[in-house]
Amino acid sequence: MTLSVTAPSATASSGATHQMADAWRRQTSLRRFYTALGVALLLAAMFASMWFADEANAGHFFDRLPHILDFLSWLIPKDWNDVWRALFDVASPHDTGTQEFNFPLGRIYVWGGFYIPEYFELMLTTVNVALVSTFIGFIFAVPFSFIAARNLTPHPVLRLVVKRFMELLRAFPEIVIAGLFAAIVSIGPVAAIIAIGLHSIGALGKLFYEINENIDMRAEEGLRAVGANWFERVRFAGLPQVLPNFMSYTLLRIEINVRISTIMGAVGGGGIGEELKLSISRGFGAKTLAMVLLLFTTIFIVDQFSAWLRRKLVGEQAFVMGA
Amino acid sequence: MTAMTADEISAIEERFPQVFRRPAYKRFGPLFLLLGTVLYLVYAMWFFTLPQVLRDSHWERLPLFLSQWVSYDLQPEFRLDQPEITPKYPRFSALGDNPNPDWVIKGPDGTYTVMIDGPAKSITFDKTQATIVANGQTVPVALTSGKPVVTGPVPDWITAHDDEVVAKMGFAGEVRVTVDRVKVRKRFLGWANFVFDTRSPFFGKSAGEVVSLIISGPELKPGTTNLALAGDNIWNNAQWQHGDVWTKLLQTIVMAFLGTLLGGIVAFPLAFFAARNITPSGILSQVLKRFFDFMRSVDMLIWALFFTRAFGPGPLAGSAAIFFTEIGTLGKTYSEALENIDDKPREGVVSTGANGLLVQRYGVIPEVIPVFISQTLYQWESNTRGATIIGAVGAGGIGLKLWEAMRTNSNWANVFYMVLLTLLVVFIFDNISNFLRRRLSRTIHDYNRIQAEQG
Repeated sequence: MTLSVTAPSATASSGATHQMADAWRRQTSLRRFYTALGVALLLAAMFASMWFADEANAGHFFDRLPHILDFLSWLIPKDWNDVWRALFDVASPHDTGTQEFNFPLGRIYVWGGFYIPEYFELMLTTVNVALVSTFIGFIFAVPFSFIAARNLTPHPVLRLVVKRFMELLRAFPEIVIAGLFAAIVSIGPVAAIIAIGLHSIGALGKLFYEINENIDMRAEEGLRAVGANWFERVRFAGLPQVLPNFMSYTLLRIEINVRISTIMGAVGGGGIGEELKLSISRGFGAKTLAMVLLLFTTIFIVDQFSAWLRRKLVGEQAFVMGA
Repeated sequence: MTAMTADEISAIEERFPQVFRRPAYKRFGPLFLLLGTVLYLVYAMWFFTLPQVLRDSHWERLPLFLSQWVSYDLQPEFRLDQPEITPKYPRFSALGDNPNPDWVIKGPDGTYTVMIDGPAKSITFDKTQATIVANGQTVPVALTSGKPVVTGPVPDWITAHDDEVVAKMGFAGEVRVTVDRVKVRKRFLGWANFVFDTRSPFFGKSAGEVVSLIISGPELKPGTTNLALAGDNIWNNAQWQHGDVWTKLLQTIVMAFLGTLLGGIVAFPLAFFAARNITPSGILSQVLKRFFDFMRSVDMLIWALFFTRAFGPGPLAGSAAIFFTEIGTLGKTYSEALENIDDKPREGVVSTGANGLLVQRYGVIPEVIPVFISQTLYQWESNTRGATIIGAVGAGGIGLKLWEAMRTNSNWANVFYMVLLTLLVVFIFDNISNFLRRRLSRTIHDYNRIQAEQG
């Protein structure tokens, strides 16, 4: 599949053409050399990384490879109906007296005999953590983004301060914030909300100010001409232009935050993550499947709903770059 | 401005019905949204029992914890029930085995003075009485009656319990006095023993002394050069665990790099079969796209937990988790980039009679490669941030170490050290990725412009 490089006009016998062809050939070969060098370096880095990861891991790749499906075998329940039983907290006929089939947490009775199995309650916690923290992120990111936008900032120094602050919030490891606040408000969903909320401020703020910097400034000039102050200009010239895009990114953030709040749950932030982690580490097949199914359905619903809403808000444009 | 008549007003209303007579859902939409949000927040407050949580929270710990990030304390204890008052230091004190700090002064008459913040905040005591000095006040405590008694009025920075008098002196520390012992906690700004721990022969020496020892000193440990010994002592510092921390940090970086790169390598060919304009089979495209969705929506957490079960905890499990998630993410973004390409170069190559592979190589790839690389760099960057968090569930890297250091609730300085390193790495990688993207962005820009001109 190699294409041989031929000079543009090999038949022409003028020296100038030869020179040009030679120069071009030299350039291509140099370029090829750099490409090959880059690929070689990348491959070297990749294999070195693989070796390092393998060395530092508890089990080695090639030792574990034949057993890779072992851990899947416990996932497959003896009776597929157990998945449903686990999901809705119905006693299983295969109950061995361990926690494998019996749900240890219990039901939440809403009204008479109508109850919510605790899995659903835990999932609800996870989703609520995501929603509240996205709300926190949105509320703070909107004013910050206007201060950080190059074209709308009230003061350049303030802009840099806010920008750096948001970068810090974004880069600060979430588990550290969660751990710090777990020591203050006790382990649980509130610490997770604070951690994810702070991260969302940084993440949303960055996306928001990039939108702000692309607005049409004529509206702002008009308001400036009638003597509007900074707040009025942002409120009446900036906000209406950017709000649909803000909402679109916020919806995207909700999706991401549902995932993060699951992970935070696994390290003590409450919600379904904790149960999932326990269930997997103890090897409870039917239970794990039930929880994965629930998580799956929830994420799917949140994804679809937010995609639908985003389409309504900003049209197809929200889907061009994968945001 | 003259007042408008009712006719004029209605005339304007007639002319712009879309402004004045909007449907109710549009007019009150924002109001309903606001109302809904407020209602939801009230519900969330109830759901998370926020008032209860706030009532039980200890916000006074926040400045305490934050001050622990950048400081350390020493806690000497003075036994008063021995024949002679003896200072005792905890076993793993930052001062080492032979402490003789200059802020503990033994008087000629057997009294001890501990300066917690110079003479202005100090305690002087013998077996019969202690004198606490702080905030411009001098408070004598009598120890003869079987329990400590504050003579005179008790200032508000002193708490007198039945058997113990506690004097809080802010950041500088605190003093606890009982009849048989005096316990002092003195806080210092900075990180103790950051370079050499107390077991190291270089401990307590000034920088000049250490350098001269390394260059020309006698061998401190037979058979090893002093330079190697110093390096080993730093790397294996028991308190700061530099070696372990840096290795774990490298694991985090490797996890993100490996996962993203492998994900990209696998997603690259698959994206061609998923892109509707390139693949001949609609079914294949649908199957692959759903496969990408699946890989993405099984959360990184679940992959991480499964792979820690399969491979055991460590960076291999973390890399595998990121790898699987990235197949989904990159597969989706790659195939979307492919679907947005300009078709003309491809048609040109097809018209020369080139086979399928050559068409992709010369008609498609030059157009999409900058977009692919840019997307991969984005993911690399975001995975570097994300790798700390899956690390906390056992997938290797610095996450677990961070989580463990926090759970013990004492190593906040270590936590801060690791956070600083993580931030540093994230900023460096941000900049590398931004730099590479900027180098590429010209080509992407050109590509977009050409598309815009033809579209």
